[in-house]
Amino acid sequence: MTQQQVLDLYFLDARHRLIEIAAFLDRVERAGGKDDFRLKAFRAALGKLNSGQNEKVKQVLLAFSDPTSVPIAKAKGKSAAGAWAAKNG
Amino acid sequence: MRYIEPHAHMVSRVTDDYERMAMAGCEAVCEPAFWAGFDRSSVDGFYDYFCQLTEHEPKRAAKFGLKHFSWLCINPKEAEDVKLAREVIGLIPEFLDRPNVLGIGEIGLNKNSRNELKVLEMHVELAALHDQLILVHTPHLEDKLKGTRLILDVLKSDRRIRPERVIIDHVEEHTVGLVLDAGLWAGMTLYPETKCSPARAVDILETYGQERIWLNSACDWGVSDPLAVPKTALEMKKRGHHAAVIDKVVYQNPQKFLGQCPKFKIR
Repeated sequence: MTQQQVLDLYFLDARHRLIEIAAFLDRVERAGGKDDFRLKAFRAALGKLNSGQNEKVKQVLLAFSDPTSVPIAKAKGKSAAGAWAAKNG
Repeated sequence: MRYIEPHAHMVSRVTDDYERMAMAGCEAVCEPAFWAGFDRSSVDGFYDYFCQLTEHEPKRAAKFGLKHFSWLCINPKEAEDVKLAREVIGLIPEFLDRPNVLGIGEIGLNKNSRNELKVLEMHVELAALHDQLILVHTPHLEDKLKGTRLILDVLKSDRRIRPERVIIDHVEEHTVGLVLDAGLWAGMTLYPETKCSPARAVDILETYGQERIWLNSACDWGVSDPLAVPKTALEMKKRGHHAAVIDKVVYQNPQKFLGQCPKFKIR
């Protein structure tokens, strides 16, 4: 696909999602309080979008990921939070 | 359009979903064993579940002309209890000869714990002993990268495991390269909120190619879409991909991997 075709197909959807992210940040900042590990990771991931690096989606996923390699002693629950707590907490 | 749904938890879906999938061109649905949304209290619960997967569900699918296949295991979400896992794994051999059983799955990791890893190794041993195909679940969200690396270490360290007989599921942009470079198959799961969207899945196909890769909905009791595979085929069509390429991704590729089990016959 040409860049024009990509824009024709996906621009409005991407614009919509970007505005939703802006609204989310306004909402969470309006609520006040201190950023938790998820919000810190979110802000770090946002920084990847304007970094000029290739593979932006990969960089965003890595920003949320546990980078360690040793298995944890015991699973304390079953669900994932979406961001690695130890790095950002 | 024809397609194969290689990963769907149909015990959690209503019968209307079978009808909609058949109308969309689905010819076969494959159902890995998974977590019911709550922990089962004994090995007997798993015995009943394996009977459901191998006896009841194929009949429900057949009403709509759909072939139904299954994979057996104790899912990583219930693998923290090693004693229970050992009992459940002990049940599996008596089911392996059933006509719709394709292999061991979806095994893997959830929170990347030591016990989960131990149970993964027990499943790999079972698959190696019985020469079974393997379907691997990778962890969610922040745990996926680490879990994928740990899983690949386990599989690569066992010389009996042939990479072309293993599929690593739920890959995303940060893990798909690790899996394909190791010679294994990769599965992309299409979810409305997590894992891959149709657009991102097609991006991955355009970046990494169409070899050793498949699409699945992994529809279950959570937010998921049993028609996610045909919707992604439509996404490919919108981008101008040829019908033959779409057919390769949604039909021929799963047929090639699953056809390594002689029981996988859909015509």
